[in-house]
Amino acid sequence: MTHQPRIDTSPPVSDEVRKTTCYMCACRCGINVHMKAGKVAYIEGNRDHPVNKGVLCAKGSAGIMQHNAPSRLRAPMKRVGPRGSGEFQEISWDEALQIACDWLEPIRKTDPSKLAFFTGRDQSQSFTSFWAQNFGTPNYAAHGGFCSVNMAAAGIYTMGGAFWEFGQPDWDLTKLFILFGVAEDHDSNPIKMGIGRIKARGARVIGVNPIRTGYNAVADDWVGITPGTDGLFILSLIHELMRAGKIDLDYLARYTNAPVLVNADPAAPEHGLFLRDEGGKPLVIDRKTGRPAAFDTPGIHPDLSATHEVDGITHRPVMHLMAERYLDPQYAPEAVADRCGIAPDKIRRIAAEIARVAFDEAITLDREWTDFRGETHQTMVGRPVSFHAMRGISAHSNGFQTARALHVLQILLGTVEVPGGFRFKPPYPKPVSAHPTPHCHAQPDCPLDGPHLGFVRGPGDLALKPDGSPARIDKAFTWENPMSSHGLMHMVISNAHAGDPYRIDTLFLYMANMAWNSSMNTRGVMEMLTDRDETGDYVIPRIIYSDAYSSEMVAYADLILPDTTYLERHDCISLLDRPICEADAAADAIRWPVVAPDRPGHAGARGFQTVLIQLANKLKLPGFTGADGTPTYTDYADYMVNHQRKPGIGPLMGFRGDGSDTGRGAPNPAQLDRYIENGGFFVSHIPEAAQYYKPWNMAYQDWAVGIGLFDTPQPYVFDLYVETMRKFQLAAEGHGARQPPDHLRDRIKATMDPLPIWYPPFEDAASDTEEFPIHALTQRPMAMYHSWGTQNAWLRQIHGHNPLYLPSKLWQEHGFTEGDWARVTSPHGMITVPVAHMAALNEHTVWTWNAIGKRKGAWALSEDAPEATRGFLLNHLIHELLPPRGDGLRWSNSDPITGQAAWFDLRVKIEKAPPPDESQPAYPPIKSPVGQGPDHLEWKVGA
Amino acid sequence: MHPAASVIAFTTLSGAGFGLLFWLGLGLPAITGWAAFTFFAIGFALAAGGLMASTFHLGHPERAWKAFSQWRSSWLSREGVCAVAALLSMAAYGAGLVFFGTRLAPLGWLGAALCLGTVFTTSMIYAQLGTVPRWKNPLTPVLFVSIALGGGALLAGQVTATMALLALAGLVQVLWWRQGDRALADSATDMASATGLGRIGAVRSFAPPHTGTNYLLREMVHEVGRKHAARLRVIALALGYAIPVALLALPFNHALAAVAVLSHLAGIATSRWLFFAEAEHVVGLYYGRR
Amino acid sequence: MTTLPKTTTRKLGLVIDLDTCVGCHACVTACKGWNTENYGAPLSDQQPYGAAPSGTFLNRIHSYEVQPAQGTAQLVHFPKSCLHCEDAPCVTVCPTGASYKRVEDGIVLVNESDCIGCGLCAWACPYGAREMDAAEGVMKKCTLCVDRIYNENLPEVDRVPACVRTCPAGARHFGDLGDPESDVSKLVAERGGMDLMPEQGTKPVNKYLPPRPRDRLDEVDVLAPLLAPVAEEPKGFLGWLDRTLERF
Repeated sequence: MTHQPRIDTSPPVSDEVRKTTCYMCACRCGINVHMKAGKVAYIEGNRDHPVNKGVLCAKGSAGIMQHNAPSRLRAPMKRVGPRGSGEFQEISWDEALQIACDWLEPIRKTDPSKLAFFTGRDQSQSFTSFWAQNFGTPNYAAHGGFCSVNMAAAGIYTMGGAFWEFGQPDWDLTKLFILFGVAEDHDSNPIKMGIGRIKARGARVIGVNPIRTGYNAVADDWVGITPGTDGLFILSLIHELMRAGKIDLDYLARYTNAPVLVNADPAAPEHGLFLRDEGGKPLVIDRKTGRPAAFDTPGIHPDLSATHEVDGITHRPVMHLMAERYLDPQYAPEAVADRCGIAPDKIRRIAAEIARVAFDEAITLDREWTDFRGETHQTMVGRPVSFHAMRGISAHSNGFQTARALHVLQILLGTVEVPGGFRFKPPYPKPVSAHPTPHCHAQPDCPLDGPHLGFVRGPGDLALKPDGSPARIDKAFTWENPMSSHGLMHMVISNAHAGDPYRIDTLFLYMANMAWNSSMNTRGVMEMLTDRDETGDYVIPRIIYSDAYSSEMVAYADLILPDTTYLERHDCISLLDRPICEADAAADAIRWPVVAPDRPGHAGARGFQTVLIQLANKLKLPGFTGADGTPTYTDYADYMVNHQRKPGIGPLMGFRGDGSDTGRGAPNPAQLDRYIENGGFFVSHIPEAAQYYKPWNMAYQDWAVGIGLFDTPQPYVFDLYVETMRKFQLAAEGHGARQPPDHLRDRIKATMDPLPIWYPPFEDAASDTEEFPIHALTQRPMAMYHSWGTQNAWLRQIHGHNPLYLPSKLWQEHGFTEGDWARVTSPHGMITVPVAHMAALNEHTVWTWNAIGKRKGAWALSEDAPEATRGFLLNHLIHELLPPRGDGLRWSNSDPITGQAAWFDLRVKIEKAPPPDESQPAYPPIKSPVGQGPDHLEWKVGA
Repeated sequence: MHPAASVIAFTTLSGAGFGLLFWLGLGLPAITGWAAFTFFAIGFALAAGGLMASTFHLGHPERAWKAFSQWRSSWLSREGVCAVAALLSMAAYGAGLVFFGTRLAPLGWLGAALCLGTVFTTSMIYAQLGTVPRWKNPLTPVLFVSIALGGGALLAGQVTATMALLALAGLVQVLWWRQGDRALADSATDMASATGLGRIGAVRSFAPPHTGTNYLLREMVHEVGRKHAARLRVIALALGYAIPVALLALPFNHALAAVAVLSHLAGIATSRWLFFAEAEHVVGLYYGRR
Repeated sequence: MTTLPKTTTRKLGLVIDLDTCVGCHACVTACKGWNTENYGAPLSDQQPYGAAPSGTFLNRIHSYEVQPAQGTAQLVHFPKSCLHCEDAPCVTVCPTGASYKRVEDGIVLVNESDCIGCGLCAWACPYGAREMDAAEGVMKKCTLCVDRIYNENLPEVDRVPACVRTCPAGARHFGDLGDPESDVSKLVAERGGMDLMPEQGTKPVNKYLPPRPRDRLDEVDVLAPLLAPVAEEPKGFLGWLDRTLERF
């Protein structure tokens, strides 16, 4: 006889579930935080949440270890040792705020541009930029410049939105999904869920990536492309598709600027600009009448082929220019194959498969809709091919044009905003015309003249001082990178140290590990942060830093403002900046303190946004101060509820007015309670008839106005041809009042092409590719996000150190065996690191996991932690500047259009090396301001 | 497998102890009184001491008594039951010899059988494990029992029997090594069957689940250099079998016999270290290791 | 009880889709979180912030590189936890009866209060499914979240193992593999679900769905015909464009 122990299969799970938003990465999933006796007992995904629908990644599921990490900062601190030593003294919040005010107030009164305020992993940009704007400094941006501005800007300039937060594949209907480059680290759960759904249906996934890990490992077909050549590959696909006539002419004629007429006279000062009517609207030829008409005239059928002569000058439709450009044999598969590392036949097969699915497997939904020209369509036709890309194709010096090429490919196929294709998420689609232009006019004791960041429409919008010098410390929106819509955070320290374009007084950073993995040229940045001038003062005089954890950057600041963990804070994930919308719905969310910040025996941590409000109140910043001089907001929660950008429009769209208004409505004092009751988020669904063709669908446009996204409908056509870029080329050709410096003219002419082009990454031209023949890449593991994961006792067991993965060819060529080390050299630096073999890898590429390597003494780890002894950063090999050319100029290692940091252009050479004691370079330990974590954990909060 | 000192000590010492008690149970040598006391004390010290040593590697030694319950299915439980029964019956039998000068022969035979049974059950703990192809071998119990009999005979001063049995055990040892060296390769288990991916192509471990170590790797994956192992085998053969036999071939001398015993125990301990250290657990295949 | 039940009423287990698993480790930490807070002793960690961090995990993800005879190498992410075998060798070797297989659902469990921490069950398991907790000295293993799947304090939809609930790619499925009509059984039948180490005779309940064939576009015969050109140069293309637009 068997007898079994009786076990309780229905134990109580928790006393209470508190629903908030995850912050272990930028995915912003909904989480259920299970509480026992007031403590966090278990964290799981929230099933009702629009982003993750219950699932949760490894990071989110390990959130309990993040929240309780011993590396949490415990009190404000002022530096007492030299910068970089990690020697601090804990101080009170009153003293900390007073020190900050004593530094900031004189700056504001005299020259606000002496403050550079940059935020790293920030998702409250509408708030932080509002603060910076009211402070009056032009020097504000978040981290997009070294993240993915190429992707974002190329998308917005081309089609009014890009991937990730801007839109998503139509996961339910797509039949072919093509993924370019590393994309595992953004929108991570929705993409995993989407790939799962696609695979469950048996639809095909193609991965285009030098490395076959993660999503590429599950892709049905893998294209092991050579880094930096994605644009060339895409243009070759376009060549093949156009050559075969496999493009959606109806879609192109109706919804893009393919029929728009372009001045074709090379001698004209308007060469390459659109023919416009008096109202400034681009003109097309109407096929019905054969006469020119504004592109949005009701009832017209724009002609893709007709040319038009005005005053003896021929105007040709964009489609003509595209045919000339892309049918050129330079884009034939044979011509690009070697450079891309893809066989010509494979390129042809992929083009054929794309065409087959787009045109032979088209889908039709019986949904009536009316377009912006007033025409009613009985059905919605879809071409079920979808694409996604993120930093992989973006972080190259040709990334903007490559991202543009990808968007143009989607548009040629007619797959954007159609069933089965790519779909925008509110507040996108949003044309460039609905975005602000950049503002940079700083005056003492005054707010800035407008938002810092925006989308330039031409040279007139550049952030230049009257003398033509850069107005911003990061040189965003200058001739070096005119369309740098996210700023250039990666250049701030370098420029501030060089005093180029000017010196600053205070560098104020939030959650940006610039002294380690968030900088190129890590050693150089550490040196710049600690460099002193001839008087013995630091060259960058003051540094204020806010972070929740004892990161490497903490040691390099003078004043530390400790932030809370994600479970201890208010946040809003707002439609004003980076919401959590879905293609079928607008959605936003909050974080709220599910537990109170608790740092026994110390002054404690405060949410950074609340600290900014407290600073604003002390400084009496406009925007934060009432007419009577009293503070408008007590803390960030107060701001989230009561701030209004425009009457009735605030950070949160849900439960406005008496609680029943959505989007527009008066502030509701009970708004946060309603969000908490609702699971921490709010969703407003898009009506069915408005769910596709959004840029042109009047039902969508009306819905968007109703909810407050726009004040009037904003229909537009996609810009295959970006006229703004042509304006910069014209300036470089000598036209117009604002002229670029001579040394940049050729580069602007070559790179600011209004139709997508490909050119080799700049690093290839700047360094000897014979000597440095290998591409070196990093990617974030799915179980970690930047350096945060390392302090997490569970996650660091999964990724405690990182080898450099070598393809079979290099592995055999150099005779490597398991356990070997290699010396890796770039034109800029040298590292010695452990290696491992990987066959499923482009044969010219090596790679490693990003940000596993740690500085000794950081993150409350022991100094002999494997992250510090075997882990390493590739960052040491990358410089924020290109190698000197002997012209005395500092050429940044960035995309020439947007300034995006060109991390992935890195070239190296590899030699076998005797194993050192630890990865090289090794740096001396920094003193941990929080001590070291315990030597064992048995974490159970319940009985 | 991890060569844990406690388990090596346990199997070496208790094997010899139960071997000695086996011979005593048969009435060899025929002794009573203090002489019997000495022999029995040595036997009990080795057997029971080994058992004690084996509890050192338990997570919860205080619950060890629960291990007697599952004799119907578990060789480890059977070993415990057998060992206690052997020790109790040998204690009663020994008490008769030591205190009453009486030999209860049937009780001795029963005790001897239980002693051998204990060694057999110990060996079956290993021999039953399909997860360790080197151990899953009918020769494993033969090896354990022959070593125990030989070692026991040596301790019991049974010169002729010792020479014969140790020679036999040495032969079994060599055969066992020969078979063991190809056991994993001969088994149907490999990375292809472990992962089920063999139908696609050649399988290689790309990355372990965690970059650090874990219980499984510490406990079941132990890689021994081939040269090192070969050297140790020679030492084990020499110390465990050849030298004791050679020494016994010389005219009998207590000092030489003591050296023979120590040599034998050292050799068997070496053999046992190899028994574990060379044993490949199939879980290592998941890590691309042995 | 150490002896195995002759049959179990149900055969609850997991079906793991190797075609879809992206190797994100979500199931690893969701499992660690739930089972640290729930059934039995917490899953402890030694040197969690030190030089050799090592803790107890009931579910781990391996990665394998597979090189086909022809074509490019593939990478397969491979989650592994207890397979709840029908002929579970870990159960029969247990000397105390702490390890047992439940009659009602086939879940293999350890009764921690009876476990002496001898480790023999871990030796007997070919899959590495059992880990001795270094702090508690008892054997830990996947419980198939026995304290979730029947838990009346959870909404019905959540009565699945933590790893299944959290898996973003939907690569983990839970159900009764003894019922041929269950979703999981149908999935196994459709996709050729396989046993790990079938030769070990353990009869695992958990099944693995093999990766679908990869890189089929490289195989000429399965491919749609390549694109036929309408024009070889811009002029011809514009002619085609005109002709085509006529038909609109």
